[in-house]
Amino acid sequence: MTEPPLIDKAAGLDQMTHGDHAETNYSSESPGRLALRRFWRHRLARFGAILLATIVLAVLLSPIFIWHDPSTINLNQRGTGPSLQHPFGTDRTGRDVFARVLYGGRISLFVGVVTMALAAIVGITVGAISGFFGRWVDATLMRVVDIVLTFPALVIIIALVAVLGPGVRSTIIALSLLRWPQIARIVRGEFLRLREADFVLAAENAGASPRVIITRHLLPNVIGPVTVALTLLMADAILLEAALSFLGLGIQVPDPSWGNMLQDAQSINVLENLPWMWIFPGVFIMATVLTINFVGDGLRDALDPRSGHG
Amino acid sequence: MWIYIVRRLLLSIPMLFVISIIVFGLANMMPGDAVTAMISPEAPGSDELSAIRRGQLGLDRPVIAQYSSWLGQVAQGNLGFSFITGDSVTSTIGARMSATIILMGTSLMFSIIVGVALGVVSALRQYSGTDYALTLFGFIGLSIPLFFLGLVLVYLFALRLDWFPTSGISPAGQPRTIMSVLHHLVLPGISLGLLRVALFMRYTRASVLEVLHADWVSTAESKGLKRRTVVAWHIVRNALGPVLTVIGLAIPVLVSGAIVIEQVFQWPGIGLLFINAVNQRDAPVLMGIVMLSAVVVIVANLLTDILYAWVDPRVRYD
Repeated sequence: MTEPPLIDKAAGLDQMTHGDHAETNYSSESPGRLALRRFWRHRLARFGAILLATIVLAVLLSPIFIWHDPSTINLNQRGTGPSLQHPFGTDRTGRDVFARVLYGGRISLFVGVVTMALAAIVGITVGAISGFFGRWVDATLMRVVDIVLTFPALVIIIALVAVLGPGVRSTIIALSLLRWPQIARIVRGEFLRLREADFVLAAENAGASPRVIITRHLLPNVIGPVTVALTLLMADAILLEAALSFLGLGIQVPDPSWGNMLQDAQSINVLENLPWMWIFPGVFIMATVLTINFVGDGLRDALDPRSGHG
Repeated sequence: MWIYIVRRLLLSIPMLFVISIIVFGLANMMPGDAVTAMISPEAPGSDELSAIRRGQLGLDRPVIAQYSSWLGQVAQGNLGFSFITGDSVTSTIGARMSATIILMGTSLMFSIIVGVALGVVSALRQYSGTDYALTLFGFIGLSIPLFFLGLVLVYLFALRLDWFPTSGISPAGQPRTIMSVLHHLVLPGISLGLLRVALFMRYTRASVLEVLHADWVSTAESKGLKRRTVVAWHIVRNALGPVLTVIGLAIPVLVSGAIVIEQVFQWPGIGLLFINAVNQRDAPVLMGIVMLSAVVVIVANLLTDILYAWVDPRVRYD
């Protein structure tokens, strides 16, 4: 889908999701700068990146500017609505919801980032080995990938957590164990495509070792698609962590996470009478995941121009 | 075609085999076994009692032997007995099956119908305001946590407006009737279906755009056929093939989603059973459900591929 809009009136809107495909750039800018510029022209991605940065900064810097401790109980202030003193209200034990949302974000984002990193390490390694060596190595590893992808995510994650016991660590282990195959598939696919490319054969003839060919010649070519996939994986990990914690199997109270803050809303009383207790963490999950998806979409356009747009 | 189906079936056997090893391994790693569930460790002489019972149940045998007898039973449809209730896992799951099938089936139908319709609209008006609004809606749909959407719907339509019940499948203490089930189904069905709408919309849009300028579409148009006929018979029909594969993609997501939604709405299906089994450390029930879900995904993928070949005869499998 490279066709530019016919009518210019839509061009402004087009930027919203599709970036500028009509662009022709013959200048000698580096690929990195070019990608950055393409990314920045993508309106949704720009909006997403700014909002995401705001959320991340607010979460990371929260100890500096919040004026309530997230776990201090104040029985005189139980279940009060949003006010100047408590912008997001207080929960049933008088804890400040604003402080808890920002602290909860630390755990949620931490789980997302670490899961992404682990999935990247395992996925890239397995994908590279599979795609480079081919044959039975590839066949074996890809069967493993198929099998992992056969399980519905939440079912197997819950079963794993049941074995490992709930908590931050098992949540991360379960999520990354389940998510690396997607990355491995992408890396393998790209490797297979480039395996017989002239520049790879040239390097091989020049006597380069497999390690050099993989790291110097092949890996740089998968950075684009892998970055896009990892971004979406992080969004997915945050959603899964939230679901797991909501079910009471992820991050355990009293540590706040966005997911387990919504756990209280399983009581009709909280759901009906204290909506600020669950609306704010819910909106934060949604905003974070949405902005990550926007950024992912922008990255796709910027880094992976070949891929079509759904 | 038949050869293809048979080969796919044969290929899924080793896969199920490996999955069964993983499932059995997980069950073995879970703290507690059937005996710790039956005999309290605090009871006097419990150690000897437990040892005798373990011997009777064959739990003192080597793991390999335990695995093979377990697999033999699973192959005959016996998934073991619950640690907590002592009931057969197969019948426990069976009793919950209908509720989950109703929920997942309705959501899937809802998301296919609405998603495909919106996708076609979006593609036919590419780059219009509608297209962008729908694309944005798609992004939001893929970003809302399922349980949050469920809670918002309960808050608005059950608690504030009082149009639908907050939870359950029928009024407490009353038998299920078609009307009461449908009434209770609306909110969980929409919560589970709405997010998949985004998925079907995306794929339909891409797929329609691909055939929109095909030769046969121009031919149909130049024959003077009505726009409506061309869209229905020449564009949508040819675009549906790739969309069918999305059903296969949607099933695992739907299974995961059903667990969460059943918890939010206390819908008495397999998902709720699963969460209870985890909280009670009921390994046989837990593993029965994991095994079942893997089988469902494999079967769904197979059916999707067959359906695809049937809709689009150009697809050749060799």
